[in-house]
Order: sequence, then structure tokens, then C-alpha cells
Amino acid sequence: MSSISDVQIDHDDHHHAPPKGLMRWVLTTNHKDIGSMYLWFSFAMFLTGGAMAMVIRAELFQPGLQFVEPNFFNQMTTVHGLIMVFGAVMPAFTGLANWLIPMMIGAPDMALPRMNNWSFWILPFAFAILLASLFMEGGGPNFGWTFYAPLSTTYAPDSVALFVFSVHIMGISSIMGAINVIVTIMNMRAPGMTYMKLPLFVWTWLITAFLLIAVMPVLAGVVTMVLTDKFFGTSFFDAAGGGDPVLFQHIFWFFGHPEVYIMILPSFGIISAIVPAFSRKKLFGYASMVYATASIAGLSFIVWAHHMFTTGMPVQAELFFMYCTMLISVPTGVKVFNWVATMWRGAISFETPMLFALAFIVLFTIGGFSGLMLAITPVDFQYHDTYFVVAHFHYVLVSGAIFSIMAACYFWLPKWTGKMYDEGLAKLHFWCSLISVNVLFFPMHFLGLGGMPRRIPDYALQFADVNAIVSLGGFAFGLSQLIFLAVVIKCIRSGEPATAKPWEGAEGLEWDLLPAKAPYHSFSTPPEVK
Amino acid sequence: MTRCIQLLLLLASSPAAFAEGGMSYNLRPGVTAISQQVYGLHMTIFYICCAIGVVVFGAMFWAIIHHRKSKGAKPASFHESTKVEIVWTVIPFLILIGMAIPATKTLLAMEDPSNADLTVQVTGSQWKWHYKYFDYELEYYSLLASDQDEITGKRAKRENYLLEVDRPLVLPVGKKVRFLMTSEDVIHSWWVPDFAVKKDANPGFINEAWTIIDEPGIYRGQCAELCGKDHGFMPVVVIAKEQDEFDQWIAEQQQAYQQAKQEEQALLAMTMDEAELMSVGEQVYDKHCAACHQANGEGLPGVFPALKDSPIALGDVDAHIDIIVNGKAGTAMQAFGKQLTLKEIAAVTTYERNAWGNDTGDLVQAKDVAALKGQE
Ligand code: HEC
Ligand SMILES: [Cu+2]
Repeated sequence: MSSISDVQIDHDDHHHAPPKGLMRWVLTTNHKDIGSMYLWFSFAMFLTGGAMAMVIRAELFQPGLQFVEPNFFNQMTTVHGLIMVFGAVMPAFTGLANWLIPMMIGAPDMALPRMNNWSFWILPFAFAILLASLFMEGGGPNFGWTFYAPLSTTYAPDSVALFVFSVHIMGISSIMGAINVIVTIMNMRAPGMTYMKLPLFVWTWLITAFLLIAVMPVLAGVVTMVLTDKFFGTSFFDAAGGGDPVLFQHIFWFFGHPEVYIMILPSFGIISAIVPAFSRKKLFGYASMVYATASIAGLSFIVWAHHMFTTGMPVQAELFFMYCTMLISVPTGVKVFNWVATMWRGAISFETPMLFALAFIVLFTIGGFSGLMLAITPVDFQYHDTYFVVAHFHYVLVSGAIFSIMAACYFWLPKWTGKMYDEGLAKLHFWCSLISVNVLFFPMHFLGLGGMPRRIPDYALQFADVNAIVSLGGFAFGLSQLIFLAVVIKCIRSGEPATAKPWEGAEGLEWDLLPAKAPYHSFSTPPEVK
Repeated sequence: MTRCIQLLLLLASSPAAFAEGGMSYNLRPGVTAISQQVYGLHMTIFYICCAIGVVVFGAMFWAIIHHRKSKGAKPASFHESTKVEIVWTVIPFLILIGMAIPATKTLLAMEDPSNADLTVQVTGSQWKWHYKYFDYELEYYSLLASDQDEITGKRAKRENYLLEVDRPLVLPVGKKVRFLMTSEDVIHSWWVPDFAVKKDANPGFINEAWTIIDEPGIYRGQCAELCGKDHGFMPVVVIAKEQDEFDQWIAEQQQAYQQAKQEEQALLAMTMDEAELMSVGEQVYDKHCAACHQANGEGLPGVFPALKDSPIALGDVDAHIDIIVNGKAGTAMQAFGKQLTLKEIAAVTTYERNAWGNDTGDLVQAKDVAALKGQE
């Protein structure tokens, strides 16, 4: 009998104050702790992947080989891509989901807290393995983050086994995170929080989670095929054994294209929270935003081969994938128009989250334009595998996804810490990032159009000037992110106390019902949503 | 420092200033009817995007300037309008149809390689191109001509640094040339921007592409698919000639080919001395082998084996010749039997057996290589 009361005491204890010390973080099942760990981890990976980008840009500052060997250069481009996609952007969104979804739907925590702990804690091991592979004899993965066979099979260094293992772990982590998001949203909404009242961040994450569950197993499948082709004598991708190297690309991009939307849909949710808050006006077209998100997710499954126009597909297939890809710009356009309509006749102010959101809208749209150009098959033959593509996806991923993550951090930092960040310093971070990101990525469009292929460690003399400018932009962008670190640390250590709702126009349970610093468990009793 | 100032000046000046340096800031219209269509399509879509951008960003900045709180703006309360939503779903859709029609036409034209006048098989391998004319008895390899000293900065870089090859592909103008692309190892991609031809060379499969070049000239491109360590060092150079010059060139090439064959026969009876073998061997090695096994013979641990102190280079001569002639299937070690002449193989084998302290003292002659090849 006594055991029951023991359990209760334990249980209560757990509710009031988190345990102290390192074990708090190792054993925690709290969504806020786990959210914070995801965010810090993602920032650490952002700096690691960024350091590799600096190596790349240093080598490309001038024509000729100065700092690194081509083989190492290829490892840098590969691991930079893998780390930024799987280590920086995706965990940052999962961290935001952890922090925000329970608060936004009126739940005390995520539905599956122990799985939550597990899904975070396997990640550091995945990346430790990936980074360790760089020190193996023969070097780490050097075949591009897209690891096309047979470069990643027959012709790969032995460390490909470690790469495969680490991708498996990342995939398991993502799938667990996605299951948790779905179960939480479906079961733990407060009474009255119907689906069509969910904040858009919750909606976009719900759809993202379904995409993750659909495609991460495909990634796991394709890396396993790479593993068996390399080490166990199968020939999935080897023509000599009856396989087909282009099959690899079909499977990879069947994962890879939805993956692109996995990295941008939550951004749409973030921007849809921030723009209304600082326009002091309700989001325009809530329902159409939800439908647009769902249609983008649906279309994302039938456009994968637009990454493969030069592989020699039948012309009918090329036409099909071109038309479907062009179609995606319709729902994406609807989103941009809705944001602009939200701002229209609002009362706009320009705090840092809003600045990042505005930059997102403009720069993401530029990335969308280049995306539309890339969709046009006959012209894609010219753009494909050049710096034009590099410019395109960095516009949508850096000034798109990453800017939205920064916007979210500034927006919710007061709720996370109960303190305000230094607005002046934050604006400095914004302007430095905005200018440098454009110096870094805009000229890449010219390089691509001028004929410079991507993934090369050295280039013809005509590309020298533009590459030097791009590199300078790169160094400046990298340094600017240290300001972000400073803002966050300063906020946590010595920020002014925040009010429960520091942003006049913000809406949502987290602002209306929770105190300045969200309590360890957000809603122990569910609020009533009208 | 001066470089930074120069760059700032360049940045401040107009884009035309860059163009003088030789880089084009836009796609080039190219020299084929197709490449010009592609260019036209590119510009059309670019202008449409600009127009949409002006409207959307215009509205956005109008709101940012006029509807700001600091100017005393009071928020309106509208947040829905089905009519407006339908309008901005339908209009983009119509614009897309407008883009899809010319795009479809161009694509259908590009994907029709029928009725070719001339066929060339293009084979990629790490890191060179091989061209084989189907209509003549002629085939050869085409390798980067910029040397290692230019790459590492020991020597000034020449004008077409990284965009020059030892033997360019030569084609006639005004003829429909069909390309058959394939690869011997990983995926490569053969790209010449001025023709708007970029097609992957997939191992074990054959892709088709075609072009009709309008103007004689030299056209440069590069491999566009990551293909390993020296992906950045496998350029494509095409020389387009008038038909009569092209015919003359073909005749010369075929004559040279016959001559080389005869010399090869004559060589079998001769022996070369050590100095000659070593000097030819070093040249061959630097051009064909150093990319992987490195100039110092030490290879890249875990990727490409060292030849210095290697059991094969120090062991049985025939086994050594055999791996050079036949390569090793399923690895990056290619068969050099048809890439190099008997003399070159003899020389490079000798070189590997006597350089970097591999002092076997063995001299390999062309007839030894011929004997080994003959046994097969
Ligand atoms: C594209 C890269 C590449 C090039 C170019 C290349 N090799 Fe190799 N070579 C290899 C690889 C990889 C191996 C190891 C094959 C294996 O796994 O046994 C190898 C093995 C060898 C070996 C056997 C070494 C041993 O100890 O097992 C010899 C000899 C050799 N190569 C000679 C040459 C010569 C001569 C040339 C130039 C004519 C050349 N290679 C060009 C990649 C290359
Ligand atoms: Cu190549």
C-alpha cells in the first residue's frame, strides 16, 4: 500500500521542480527541457556545418588549390550538407515543436515523453559517428549529401558504413519525433480546441510529421541498399549485376523532395504567427493557409524527378514532372499573398521577429522564383548542377528555413526565459545577416548562369571575382551568427523581465493564459477554448 | 588588401565591368537553334518572375511604409475573402499555362534525336572523356591540359585554365550530331552550355542527345555531375569546323592513326634504354596515373593504394603489367590497355618499378606488354 503514496510523492515532486545537475538533462522527459536541448544541439550543429562552409569558401576564394585537397573538399561539401539538413534545420524545428505545441494546444506535455527523451538522445551519437568517419583512413563521406550510386557504393571509401549507420539513427530519431507530434496533436488538445482553431504552426507541423513518417523509411531503405551494394554483393544500383544507378536517384528523391517541404512547412507556420502579431491584425485566409499546406504536402510526392531531368527520362515523364512542379507554385503563392494581405492595412511595427519574417517572405519568394525557373525542363538542362541550383536552395533553406527559425527564437524567447532579449543587439544580428546572406548567395545565380558547375574545388579564371565576393559574404554571414549566440546568452543571464504578453498583437494560449516564463508543465489542467 | 579594394570597386561598377573579365552574367544564347530557344524561354520566365515580384513586393512595401504603427495606422479587421482567394489561385494558374506551352514545345524538339548525320559516342570515366566516331574509324581520349603546377599555383595560370584539353572533340557545323552518352565507372554529365546539351553519362546505360552547331568555333564546358576527387578537372572542349575542314581533319587523324599502328609494330623489334623508358614513363605517369596514385607514388591511404613499396610494383612483372592493361573490375583502377600504346605501358611499368626507391632494376619493353596482351 505504501508504494502507491510513494509513487504519488515522486510524481508530485516531479511536477514542481526539475531535478538538478547533469542527470536532469539525461533523464528528462519534459517537453521544454527536450525542446531546449534540441535547439542548443541544432545551434551547435549549425556552427559545425558552418565551419565546414567556411573551409569551402576559403578554398574557393581564389582559383587554384590553396588549402585543401579535392578529396577533402568533397568531404566538406558532403558533410556540410548532411549536418545542415539533418543536424541543424530538422532538429531546430523539432525543438520548436517540443516547446510550442503543448503550450499552443493547451496540453501539459508531449504525449509520449519517454520516447521524446530517446528521440533526442540518440541524435548526438548519430552525429558523433558521422563526424568520426572524417578521421577514418580514406576519409569520410565524399559523394555529396545526395550520395548518388555508384560513387557512394563501388567507388566509396569504407567509411560509408558509418555514414549509413548514422543516417539510420537520424531517421529513427525523426520518426519518433514525428509520431510524438501526431499523437500529441490528435489526443491532447484542450476542450474546444478544434482542428480549425489550431494555430498554423501546429497545423504545419502535423502535416510535416505525416511527411516524415512517409519518407524517412524510404531514406532508410535506400541507405541500406547502398550498404548491401557496397559490402554484401548486391547490385541494386550496379548495371553489371542487373541493377540501375538511376534507380538510386528515384528512391533518393522520393524521400528528398518531401524532405524539402519538411524543412519549410513549419516555417510557414512560424511566419503565419509572427506576421499577424506585428501587424496587429488577424491572419488573412486561415482556412486557405491550411488547405495550401496540405496541397503542397500532397504535391510533394509527385515531383521528385525534377531533380533528375538530365538522367535521360522519357519525354512524357519529363513533361509530367515539369507540370506537377510548376503546380506547386500555386499553393505556395497563395501563402505569400495571404501574408501580404495580412499586413495590408494593419498597424505594423518592426521588432526583430518581424524583421526576420519580412526578410523570409521576400527572400523565400526569390528562392521560389528560381525554383519555378528550375522547374522548366528545357531550361533546367542549363541550370542543373550549377551554382544556380546552389543559390536557389540556399535562398529557401538559409534565408527561408533558418531565418524563420531565428524569427521564432526571438518571438518566443520571452516566453521561454521570462526575459526580454536586447533589441538593439538583435537588430544588429538581423541587419548583418540580411546583408551578408545576400552578398553570399545572390551572386551565385550569376556564377551558375555563367557556367560554373557545383561541387568543384577549383574553377576557371573568369569566375574568380564573383567567387571572391561570395566568399567574403560567407565569412561575414558566419561571423554574424555569433551575435545571435550573444543575444541569447545575454537574454538568459541578464535580460529585463518580460511580461506575459510582450507582443501587443500576439494571439494564442501561450500568450493569453501562461505567465511571463512558461511553467515547467504548461497546462496541468486543460484550459477551456471558446 | 588591394584585392579587397579592387573587389569593392568592381562591386560598385556596373555588371558590364565583370563581363569584360570574360564571365557572362546571364545564360548565353549559344550557337544552336535549340540553345537560342532555351535562352528565350529563360528570359521570358525571368521577366514574368520579375513582374510578379514587382507586384507582390510592391504591395508588401506599400504596406510596410504606409500601414505602420508609428505613423498612427489603425488595424483593419478583415481577414477573409473567398473572392480574392479564388482570384489569386486562378491568375497564377493561367500564368503557368502560359509558361508551360512554349516549354513543352522546346522540350519536344530537344528530345528528338532522329535523322542524325553523324553519331559520336561519349564515354566518361574518372576523370576524362572518350570520344568514338561511329561513322569513321576514329576514337580517342580527351584529358585536362592544365598542368599540376598551374593548379597548385607554382606556375601562372593560362587563359583557359581548367577549360582546355589535350584532344578536343571536333565536329562539323550544320550537321545533326547525335551523342550517345555512357560511363565506365561513376555517373558523369557531359555539358556544353553553348549547345544547351547536358546529359548524364550513366554506367551500363546509354543516353541520347543531339545538336546542330550553327557557327564554327571553340566551345567549352565541364563535367556537371559529381564524379569523385577530380570532378572539377574534367572539361569538355568542342571545336566546330566547316564540313571541308572537318573532312580534312578526319583524314589526317586516320592517317596518324595508321602511322602510329605501324610504329607500334616496328617497336616490337626494338628495345629502349633505361633513360628513355624512365622519361617517357614519368610523363605517362603524371598524366594518367598521378591523379589517383599521386606524383610521389604514395597514393591516398584508404582510397588509392601506394605504388611505392607496393608488393605488385616490387613483385612479379607480368602481374604488374596485367593490372595496368586490364585494370581491376569493381574498383577505380581502369584498364589502360586501350588508353595507352604498348610503348607507353612499357615505360610506365618501368617507371613504377624504378621510381621512388622501388629499385627493382627491371626494364619492361613494348614486346613484353604485347606478349602479355597476346596471351589473352
Ligand atoms: C581513377 C583512379 C586511378 C587511376 C587514374 C589509376 N589507378 Fe591504379 N589503382 C587504382 C585503385 C583504386 C587501385 C586498387 C585496386 C584494388 O582494389 O586492388 C589501383 C591499383 C593499381 C596497381 C596495383 C597496386 C597494388 O599494390 O595493388 C597498380 C600497379 C596500378 N594501379 C597502376 C596504375 C597505373 C600505371 C596507372 C596509370 C596508367 C594507374 N594505376 C591509374 C586507381 C587508379
Ligand atoms: Cu565527371
